Amino acid sequence: MNSNNKTDVYLRDVFIGQIESPKDFIKKVKEERREGRLPDSVNVGYNKDLNEVVIETSKGRARRPLIVIEKEKAKLTEDHVKKLLNNETKWKELVTEGIIEYIDAAEEENSLVALSEDEITPEHTHLEISPIVIMGLTTSLVPFSNFGQSARLNRGSKAQKQSLGIYAANYLIRMDTDSNVLHYPSNPIVKTCNAQLAGQENHPAGQNIVVALMSYEGYNMQDALILNKGSLARGLARSTYFKPYTVEELRYSGGLTDQICVPDKEVKGYKAEEDYKLLEDDGITYPEATITEEDVIIGRTSPPRFLGEMDEFSIAANKLRDSSVTIKPGEIGKVDMIAVTENEEGNKLVQIRVRHQRIPEIGDKFASRHGQKGVVGLIVPQQDMPFTVSGITPDVMFSPHSIPSRMTVSHLIEALAGKVGALDGKSIDATAFTGQTEADLRVQLQELGFREDGSERMVNGITGEEFEAKIFIGNMYYLRLKHMVGNKLHARAAGRIQLLTRQPIEGRAKGGGLRLGEMEKDCFVAHGASLLLKERFDSDRTVVPICSACGLIGVNDVFRKKKFCHRCGGNVEINSIELSYAFKLLMDEIRAMGVLPNIKLKNKY
Amino acid sequence: MTVYEEYKGRLPGRIINDMKSEAEKRNLNDNQIKKVMEYLVTQYDAAKIDPGEAIGIITAESFGEPGTQMTLNVFHFAGVAEVSVTQGLPRLIEILDARKKIKTPSMEIHLKKEHGKETNEVRKIAAQIKETVLREISEEFNINLSKMQLEVTINKAKMREIKAKPEEIIEKLKESHKNIIAKETPEGLSIKPEATENELMEMYKLKEKLKETYIRGVKGVTHVLPVKNGNEFIIITAGSNLADVINIPEVDSAKTTTNDIHETAKVLGIEAARQIIINEAEKVIEDQGLDVDIRHILCIADTMSRTGLVKGITRSGITGEKKSVLAKASFETPLTHLVNASLIGEVDQLNSVIENVMLNQPVPLGTGLPDLVAKMGPKDIKTQKKEDKKEDKE
Repeated sequence: MNSNNKTDVYLRDVFIGQIESPKDFIKKVKEERREGRLPDSVNVGYNKDLNEVVIETSKGRARRPLIVIEKEKAKLTEDHVKKLLNNETKWKELVTEGIIEYIDAAEEENSLVALSEDEITPEHTHLEISPIVIMGLTTSLVPFSNFGQSARLNRGSKAQKQSLGIYAANYLIRMDTDSNVLHYPSNPIVKTCNAQLAGQENHPAGQNIVVALMSYEGYNMQDALILNKGSLARGLARSTYFKPYTVEELRYSGGLTDQICVPDKEVKGYKAEEDYKLLEDDGITYPEATITEEDVIIGRTSPPRFLGEMDEFSIAANKLRDSSVTIKPGEIGKVDMIAVTENEEGNKLVQIRVRHQRIPEIGDKFASRHGQKGVVGLIVPQQDMPFTVSGITPDVMFSPHSIPSRMTVSHLIEALAGKVGALDGKSIDATAFTGQTEADLRVQLQELGFREDGSERMVNGITGEEFEAKIFIGNMYYLRLKHMVGNKLHARAAGRIQLLTRQPIEGRAKGGGLRLGEMEKDCFVAHGASLLLKERFDSDRTVVPICSACGLIGVNDVFRKKKFCHRCGGNVEINSIELSYAFKLLMDEIRAMGVLPNIKLKNKY
Repeated sequence: MTVYEEYKGRLPGRIINDMKSEAEKRNLNDNQIKKVMEYLVTQYDAAKIDPGEAIGIITAESFGEPGTQMTLNVFHFAGVAEVSVTQGLPRLIEILDARKKIKTPSMEIHLKKEHGKETNEVRKIAAQIKETVLREISEEFNINLSKMQLEVTINKAKMREIKAKPEEIIEKLKESHKNIIAKETPEGLSIKPEATENELMEMYKLKEKLKETYIRGVKGVTHVLPVKNGNEFIIITAGSNLADVINIPEVDSAKTTTNDIHETAKVLGIEAARQIIINEAEKVIEDQGLDVDIRHILCIADTMSRTGLVKGITRSGITGEKKSVLAKASFETPLTHLVNASLIGEVDQLNSVIENVMLNQPVPLGTGLPDLVAKMGPKDIKTQKKEDKKEDKE
């Protein structure tokens, strides 16, 4: 704070001088800018608490355009808008004319922005270009978002970020890890003005489908969806999953290298000959080869891990070990593209992209743009699907129970608007606050010869009887989300175990077990299912010989058919008991701490 | 009458009494009554919990599952302003842990019928209960350096409110601070330490001490709030002092409660404390809009008060009293328990659930409870052992 009652002025954080009246100074600066004597990238802000004026011109500031208000009137008039539409004037000109200006954070602090023209008061300095700017980029893509609950809008925009589309036009020559491409993306019939601004029109990520709001044998309870098998056969929501596999010829110390080739039969760890059937002479699969899980797609041999292994007795191939790349368990597809190149270190690098067509199946995830997500619960043959009296079969059946508690009114309006758009062959503006009104849409629907509320008489496809209730049916934009059961399904019986605990290893990729955790254990106990619980935990069961004299773990010598105790010798009774290996490990660890745990056995009878 | 006699002990008294009145209403003869009673006995026995039912874990799950839905919002005002009460999960944890110092101690003071009707009277009683310290009835504390004394300006309006006279305050000051000379002045009070050679620091210390001098009311009760409950007034307080409050003549000592479990146990005994655990736990669950069967809460309250002392479900409380080393070690601070056990050579009898899960043995509950027992004479055992050896050799 300065003592002489003057205000400090900073230009890009550098002190440049003092002024008498910050108000007049800022006014002057703004006037100069609006009249074009100062560049439009200059922003000026006054900090009341510090009594200093800050002028910013630096790059990298977040700024946003606003309409300037002068004498309680927006400077942008209908005239300007008309001219803009007729290409007689440009946005750039509006900015240079001072009708629209870009404001940064500091200048916004001194401004009062009106959301709409009719709320302008003498205090207001700017007018928002559209009320939709209160929302973020993806949220503004939600149709009729002013009719949705805010929490659902968040979820709706989250769903859009996970939806499948064509993520890049050059996807065919890319090697992205785990990418999906939707086969026939379409532009939404019902869209906001921001769809164009955000570029969504150029790469849509969803499809327009017919949705009936009804239940069907209970298979769409709890947010599940029912799909029409006929629609799927026609390519609805079909996508392709791409996954690259990479192999490198690594160099080791001593001039040894990996070799990408068909491994010799003498190589250590050689699988069956059958497993290498897809490899061509160069050790790499051919394009369009059909692959299933655990097929070798790139053959490779590596030198031994330890140089000591290279003993004089073995022939050359014997020293090598197999390090071929196999398709991960549970994955299938076709070899899509092969790239043979070199990496930065000059090592040979082979990348194989595997493709798999994904037809929607039970368990795949879908969502509308209103935070209404769900998985497929049933796929119904088209002849069993309900149909309207005019013969329309829905693609999706969506449960009506998903609506009331979530208050996603926008979901229903979209279906109504989509119906109007589809029947009339036009796209519907669903921009928040300024889009078409529901009343208007209802009138249009009636004019098209349908009930204004969007409901229709429908017939049960199985019995051929007409439903008592009229069913709300309309067109909606649905998104296929990237979460597909194909990537998640997992089960196992026996398999790999951990070395330390002898319990099954973790994780789907490694073929691990499914843990019966602490809380699940509690459930078994609460049910009194004692013996079932024991069986569940038998994965690390071991038989341990216990010395009845000292209570320590004894030895069961299988070869000499003798049991003895290291401490008490052979003349003691050794009994075998069944324990979890984890507990045996715990006892070992306790013993390692210098504590002697022993097991006292009691005769059961 | 004799018909009912034989069912005593087989059925609870209330059921027998209900049956009696119902039988009279319907004019049943002895034979019919007997038929009904037999049916009642079978129904009553069927409703009893089976041996080996894991009620403890069912209770724990019944609390644990709704607990995940509870809000973690600690500061939430309970309807009325001023008195805030801890709610939700933090409060539930507080109750089940049987914390000695709870975050927001609070009392619900009920008044005797003749006093709890008029608003003014209730306010007066409430003001009387509220703890007043010198700071609250004074406007200014000054140190007069020339006279080496403290000068306190009293807020006359506040004095009138609690109907206190300067003499009374002087008396209270003398009671709690020895070695001071206090006098009444036109503005309020002047206070001087008896010893003449005072250092300035001492004066400051005295000033701070005097500010918090207790003048009136019940110690520990920092806020009072009279609330109309039906057609009777109750006083809700922040701060709790049950022992002193129930001695106030206008207070209905039978209805007045505090949310401090340990205080209740001290003043009213363990049964009252058990009831407070039940009431408070139920209040939390109800406030959160959840539904937990009262029997689970009873189970917890009984376990916590079983020994005659209030014990929380912590490693220093109930869990720490488990017999099994392994069970204790699996709860909290495993190393401490293992080390302590090895120091004294503790033996784990493997009689409970967790130990047996750890060893992968059937837990002694439900289907794991019954054992097959064969009667064997000494002869049988010998032959059995021989057979065992044979088996081993094979």
